[in-house]
Amino acid sequence: MGASDFSKLPHIGESVRRKEDYRFLTGAGQYTDDITMPAQSYAVFVRSPYAHAVIKSIDTSAAAAMPGVIRVFVGTDLEGKMGGLPCGWLINNPDGSPMKEPPHPVLALGKARHVGDQVAMVVAETLEQARNASEAVVVDYEVLDAVTDVRDAAKGTALHEVSPDNHCYKWTLGDKGQVDAAFANAAHITKLDLINNRLVPNAMEPRCAIGNYNRATEEYVLYVANQNPHVERLLMTAFVLGLPEHKVRVIAPDVGGGFGSKIYLYAEDVALTWASKQINRSIKWTSDRSEAFLTDAHGRDHVSHAEMAMDKDGKFLAMRVHTDANLGAYLSTFSTAIPTILYATLLAGQYTCPQIYVEVDAWFTNTVPVDAYRGAGRPEATYLLERLVTRCGWELGLSQDEIRKRNFINTWPYQTPVALQYDIGDYLGCLTKAQELADVAGFEARKTASAAKGLLRGIGYSSYIEACGLAPSNVAGALGARAGLFECGEVRVHPTGSVTVFTGSHSHGQGHETTFAQVVAARLGIAVEAVDIVHGDTGRVPFGMGTYGSRSISVGGAAIMRALDKIEAKAKKIAAHLMESSDADVDFANGEFTVKGTDKKVTFGQVALTAYVPHNYPLDKLEPGLDETAFYDPTNFTYPSGTYICEVEIDPATGTTRVDRFSAVDDFGTIINPMIVEGQVHGGIVQGIGQALLENCVYDRETGQLLTGSFMDYAMPRADDFPDFKIDNICTPCTHNPLGTKGCGEAGAIGSPPAVINAVLDALRAVGVKEFDMPASPHRVWEAIQAAKA
Amino acid sequence: MYAFTYERPTSVDQAARLAAGGAKVLAGGQTLLASMKQRLSQPDTLADLAGIPELSGICREGDAFVIGAMTRHREVADHAELRSAIPALADLAAHIGDRQVRAMGTLGGSVANNDPSACYPSAVLALGATVHTTQRKIAADDFFLGMFSTALNDGELIKAISFPVAKGAAYMKFVQPASRFALVGVFVAQTASGVRVAVTGAGQGVFRHKGLEDALNKSFTVQSAASVAIDASALNADLHASAAYRANLISVQTQRAVAKILG
Repeated sequence: MGASDFSKLPHIGESVRRKEDYRFLTGAGQYTDDITMPAQSYAVFVRSPYAHAVIKSIDTSAAAAMPGVIRVFVGTDLEGKMGGLPCGWLINNPDGSPMKEPPHPVLALGKARHVGDQVAMVVAETLEQARNASEAVVVDYEVLDAVTDVRDAAKGTALHEVSPDNHCYKWTLGDKGQVDAAFANAAHITKLDLINNRLVPNAMEPRCAIGNYNRATEEYVLYVANQNPHVERLLMTAFVLGLPEHKVRVIAPDVGGGFGSKIYLYAEDVALTWASKQINRSIKWTSDRSEAFLTDAHGRDHVSHAEMAMDKDGKFLAMRVHTDANLGAYLSTFSTAIPTILYATLLAGQYTCPQIYVEVDAWFTNTVPVDAYRGAGRPEATYLLERLVTRCGWELGLSQDEIRKRNFINTWPYQTPVALQYDIGDYLGCLTKAQELADVAGFEARKTASAAKGLLRGIGYSSYIEACGLAPSNVAGALGARAGLFECGEVRVHPTGSVTVFTGSHSHGQGHETTFAQVVAARLGIAVEAVDIVHGDTGRVPFGMGTYGSRSISVGGAAIMRALDKIEAKAKKIAAHLMESSDADVDFANGEFTVKGTDKKVTFGQVALTAYVPHNYPLDKLEPGLDETAFYDPTNFTYPSGTYICEVEIDPATGTTRVDRFSAVDDFGTIINPMIVEGQVHGGIVQGIGQALLENCVYDRETGQLLTGSFMDYAMPRADDFPDFKIDNICTPCTHNPLGTKGCGEAGAIGSPPAVINAVLDALRAVGVKEFDMPASPHRVWEAIQAAKA
Repeated sequence: MYAFTYERPTSVDQAARLAAGGAKVLAGGQTLLASMKQRLSQPDTLADLAGIPELSGICREGDAFVIGAMTRHREVADHAELRSAIPALADLAAHIGDRQVRAMGTLGGSVANNDPSACYPSAVLALGATVHTTQRKIAADDFFLGMFSTALNDGELIKAISFPVAKGAAYMKFVQPASRFALVGVFVAQTASGVRVAVTGAGQGVFRHKGLEDALNKSFTVQSAASVAIDASALNADLHASAAYRANLISVQTQRAVAKILG
């Protein structure tokens, strides 16, 4: 079925209440920490208090003798028995040499490289006993100099033997010669330096895992708060433990948010799985919030310089960008792809910039590894480009909308100079609608009213694009991916006509159990309640690549659509047999099979029953049963886009910045459940404004201690930090998947930070401020105003 | 959390004996329990004051409100008579922490802890309150001795605090964005003995600002407050604010408090 037919089906575009919310809201959710295995033991990890230190010795004897202690494991206990944690994406230097790929031991060997690095694992009968014993593990450290700021990395003490200068790779995209030539002939060049601040993901549920080994079946089961259990299993079996996949089952039950931080294979998961066989006991570990700050992969942390060359009318001629990316102490699972493949390829944005050259240097530092966090590279690209574009306008005396309009792409498909080919969009349509929603016409009057109160008001635009629906596997493979990026879906029709769907996508808050059920119900003409979605279990779902990069509906949903195509084709044959007609004459709509030109019909339920009770059935031509599996590998990325307009009011006496109005118009293609999409946009915008105004992960530049290691110092956004958002959509359906969907999970976090900071700068221009980096906390805004006065 | 012995005395005398014997007093626990959970605090014995009814409650005695040490923030915030007599104090209580903290946290717990960013100490100091303990009465000016330090002896417990009704008062809190403790809080009160300005969040502990008090005693106007230069040299500087920014906030928040009192 094609996207245009699909969007007209019943339930599509209907705000069906989330099926999963009853269990979540009544406390019946089943998270990993809610699971208790028979004879379960508890693990506590001993973590480095130093950012960089040689581990001279570890004395576990006192800990091992403490009450309830079952075993204490250190790095040397694991050495030779498993590999290190792998990086899933290979990036090559311009000369073709591979990136530096230092060992990433499951428990530290010889050195600790960031505060929180896991040095030992203590397993005991109770959590309290494990914790007590963990305090008795004596580690003799020789403290080394630490480097945390990416700008200091090259001259810092080396973290890894393979990289004496802490450099992981240099990566370039585009033709430098042509870009430089375009710059030489430009009428105007706009330059910008900016920092994309480091963030801590802070999912509501901290990470948690239970390692379990069954001596009778020789099977391991790992329960884990994770976004992609099949990938977790693949990485753990094939790259680290060398176990056969059929003997390892990974279950990610209800998961309370991920935002990327639960994509990865973490050391704790491996240690618990392996150790469960060593002690023949289940072992549970639950991260506390402080531990999450020190060990969950962080996001962002780029330092960039960007330049745009323009003709006299503000038409973009070429752009060049240099970015230093902080990868942290080790390479997390997808870390290397974030500042490259998922970043530089987005730098064309919505604009016809014919030449772009991007250079990325990635560095090791004594910080928590950095990896994908809601948006993953695309927020960094959008922040840079949209800040730069607004500045281009201001320098040329053009309004923020005018500079954009002069450069918008308006024909599709459009081949950008940075590898991507956009299939469809309507950038001017989004901008125009956003301006109406934001009442841009009334801005000057509101600014005057603010000024009368001694307040500064500014307006900021951001026209974002993202590449979602990861990804054509062959393209990803050519770019260095060490895994495929398809998705799998199985549709099992039961004899009574209800349906269970097994999907490789994983829901950790997104509402798949409802959205995916709507897709199936719409196609089969049955009630949404008659469809259950099963996910997050390698023992039940055939295969899967999981949920990240706003890929679930466009790739996972498309796989289900393909499986439904097979179901429909087979059901038609059964129906044709029942109605004694040929397959070609059977139509299927609204849950009924009919024969063209006759009044014959059978229902979907009758066909389902017949498939399992095949008494009157073409057994010579057709297998009984109605259960189909499909794998879907996309042919292109999807390209959600939109324009966000933010208005802020700043109190210059205190630096307090208040978001007064926020308007968002997104093009997500086909929308299946508008309520769920709106929720995703709200959450994304809150995280984006969080980055722009509040959140900032800060390390002490000398000692490498994490200064913002708790909610007392790391400012999480709260409901009262925001106005009501005004949200609307336009729809240009994706041209290359069967649903026409593009993905909506990350847009808010991608589009909003530059809209906010452009608004802040617009307000602060009045008092002479020209440069500003996130976050716009009161203190930083006030300091910027004072500096401009001086 | 490490193991500890939990005691629940039913009289002030019992509680004082336990405290004198080394028990840590639990007075709401909104700071203590969090630090115990993180294993940053390891008391052998906790003496929970929640079982002593005489430590709770608000009553008017002449020109003052006497508030029991175990009175919860929410009770102070919601007390109608106090609200109308010293609205600044009720407002302050209404904006401490979140709903859960206000339901459990107590006046005495906050004042005895003397967190340099806590709200209550500024009210005690600016209103010229008197701290009634198991041993004596201590004037606010003699009570606060710097960061987490007070005039309380070992084993000496706060029973109540007596707040004189001020002619006018206002508390302006500028919150630290993450913790929402006071980055700088300024309590301005027009008391019988003149204007008192107490500052919390900015220094090593709550303190009175003599320059602001002198200026406001001469002329109780926003301009008068604005004319005072605030010395930043003794103020805190950290991740969330430089000393200069805190000095600016002391000035701005004082001006806003004066404006609020003047209506």
